[in-house]
Amino acid sequence: MLRRLHPNQPTSFAFSPENQKWAEAQLTKYPEGRQASAIIPLLWRAQEQEGWLSRPAIEFVADMLGMAHIRALEVATFYFMFQLQPVGSAAHIQVCGTLSCMLCGAEDLVSICKEKISPTPHTLSEDGKLSWEEVECLGACANAPMAQIGKDYYEDLSGSRFEELLEQFRGGNAPVPGPQNGRFSVEPSAGLTSLSDVNDGGPTANKSVSLAKKFNDTVKRIDGTDDTITIHWGKQ
Amino acid sequence: MERIADVMLKDQDRIFTNIYGMQDRSLSGAKSRGHWSNTREILKKGRDWIVDEMKASGLRGRGGAGFPTGLKWSFMPKESDGRPAYLVVNADESEPGTCKDREIMRHDPHSLVEGCLIASFAMNAHVCYIYIRGEYIREREALQAAIDEAYEAGLIGKNASKSGWKFDLFLHHGAGAYICGEETALLESLEGKKGMPRMKPPFPAGAGLYGCPTTVNNVESIAVVPTILRRGADWFSSFGRENNAGTKLFAISGHVNHPCIIEEEMSISFEELIDKHCGGIRGGWKNLKAVIPGGSSVPCVRGENMKDALMDFDYLRGELGSGLGTAAVIVMDQSTDIIKAIWRLSKFYKHESCGQCTPCREGTGWMMRVMERLVNGTADPAEIDMLLDVTKQVEGHTICALGDAAAWPIQGLIRNFRDEIEDRIKDQRSVQNIAVAAQ
Ligand SMILES: Cc1cc2nc3c(=O)[nH]c(=O)nc-3n(C[C@H](O)[C@H](O)[C@H](O)COP(=O)(O)O)c2cc1C
Ligand code: SF4
Ligand code: FES
Repeated sequence: MLRRLHPNQPTSFAFSPENQKWAEAQLTKYPEGRQASAIIPLLWRAQEQEGWLSRPAIEFVADMLGMAHIRALEVATFYFMFQLQPVGSAAHIQVCGTLSCMLCGAEDLVSICKEKISPTPHTLSEDGKLSWEEVECLGACANAPMAQIGKDYYEDLSGSRFEELLEQFRGGNAPVPGPQNGRFSVEPSAGLTSLSDVNDGGPTANKSVSLAKKFNDTVKRIDGTDDTITIHWGKQ
Repeated sequence: MERIADVMLKDQDRIFTNIYGMQDRSLSGAKSRGHWSNTREILKKGRDWIVDEMKASGLRGRGGAGFPTGLKWSFMPKESDGRPAYLVVNADESEPGTCKDREIMRHDPHSLVEGCLIASFAMNAHVCYIYIRGEYIREREALQAAIDEAYEAGLIGKNASKSGWKFDLFLHHGAGAYICGEETALLESLEGKKGMPRMKPPFPAGAGLYGCPTTVNNVESIAVVPTILRRGADWFSSFGRENNAGTKLFAISGHVNHPCIIEEEMSISFEELIDKHCGGIRGGWKNLKAVIPGGSSVPCVRGENMKDALMDFDYLRGELGSGLGTAAVIVMDQSTDIIKAIWRLSKFYKHESCGQCTPCREGTGWMMRVMERLVNGTADPAEIDMLLDVTKQVEGHTICALGDAAAWPIQGLIRNFRDEIEDRIKDQRSVQNIAVAAQ
């Protein structure tokens, strides 16, 4: 699939001071002379900071890693998670359309996106708040149908619940992610058929939901001020 | 078919004791469930013992191809020629239907972290990278927290678990490309390039990451290692039929009453798996139309042939011409338009082809367009055999197995549901004839 850079580009990009520190710390994960390895995490951080990935951001990261700009552009256009155009200011909605989700109603979710956001994917809604796309299997098929919104998975969706979610995001809220039908994670919804010896006082939500609640950053721009950088590893 | 039916796997024989995340997920919780209990003693037994024990356990890779894990480890050079060796864990989990590694990483991460240490030690690797798919953001956070805990407790790091072995574990992520699950594409991606598969040879064990000896293993393959070594190869191989040893995470999605992930014994019958854990087929067993038993890349099977099927590598492949793949079981009831279902997979493969080889780049698009016409019945009947022929031309003629993966679902459809495809074309034609006659 051909992916191109957006015609309207900002004039410059720089990491926030904290993100710059974070990015430099990432480089220590790879051996001397292999800094290019860090390109995906760094491009991703640039996107988390700005909402989408612009040409100046790609070139900034390339320079930081000592890579030719064209090599970085190749990477940015190859990987589908890089948004090469602006996305909704409140949220970008990624509905899984692959088989397990399709069998469980993903086509209805796509219709809702077309009606409530915009008839075509990668297009801002009229109020500029939302955008959407259909993505391929997100690896949560036993919780189908589902959608990724920001950092989080919204699972076991019904059409009506999905519409409610869109309205909440549009209004600037990020509802609690995870299964939307009362399930804990990926156990059989009628009750446990294994591992039923559950301790009282255990976690109240699955780990993804707990983390989303803890960080409260489902659709937040990431400037690095919330990160603590710990480097446990030695020099390679 | 020696397997005693109807003896359900007991919790005490499950490896993933917190797969739903309902128990304490911290390091102390993991320790209370037996993880990290005698890691040092296991390492003390030495590299050869570990590799031999893994061979004896009969573990076959859980990433889809089912290659024996111990044997794969034995391909790594015993002595370094000056280059470092690497273990790379494949956490790309993008095969449609597959969602098991996610649960290990967010809910039972210490099984994986401990497995990384032991497996790396066995392959003379001081460094291991885990490559997790970019979309698994919370899972990445959960796994990184577990890695940090392990460092802080001295379980990994300079003197890992007081074994004298230096071991560093790095979590790296992708950005949404199915092809990066293919092991050499994954290595390219980890080196900072487009995820385009490499020609083999050289194989990764000779020249993998940064040109160094490398083994790529799936998350589940590595996460089961500590328990296998703790409880013994005999224990693990006592589950499942010969050559199909062990327990296995099954992910069941689609038209069952209660989709779920469940660790079960290999070679469990499909009926038992579905009735015990998924509350049966939606609308009852008569309503079962087709099953894809191992993730999108394996051919579908007609429902009536699935009920008694044994869920293991050899049965699904040998008896049904399909495969266990990643044990991602996609169930479809009679309401399913099976032609459209397979078309959706064709669309997936077209979207995910890296474009490097012509048969795959052109073939996936071509196959998807013909599939589209089969869905709406506007194809010519002769196109069915043409399509079959093209799948054969793609299969086996590409750099990586994505070409095969795109061909097999279509072959499975034509083999099992040819009548339905033909009927649809006939119906469409008679509709057209009526329309013409009415003009
Ligand atoms: C197109 C394609 C995609 C793949 N995706 C994955 C994946 O997401 N996860 C995985 O573990 N293996 C995947 N594999 C298989 C890997 O190439 C490799 O065989 C596997 O990681 C080896 O691990 P194992 O021996 O532990 O099974 C894929 C293979 C192909 C051809
Ligand atoms: S078979 Fe397809 S995905 Fe694999 S290398 Fe060739 S073009 Fe790329
Ligand atoms: S098919 Fe939607 S998450 Fe896998």
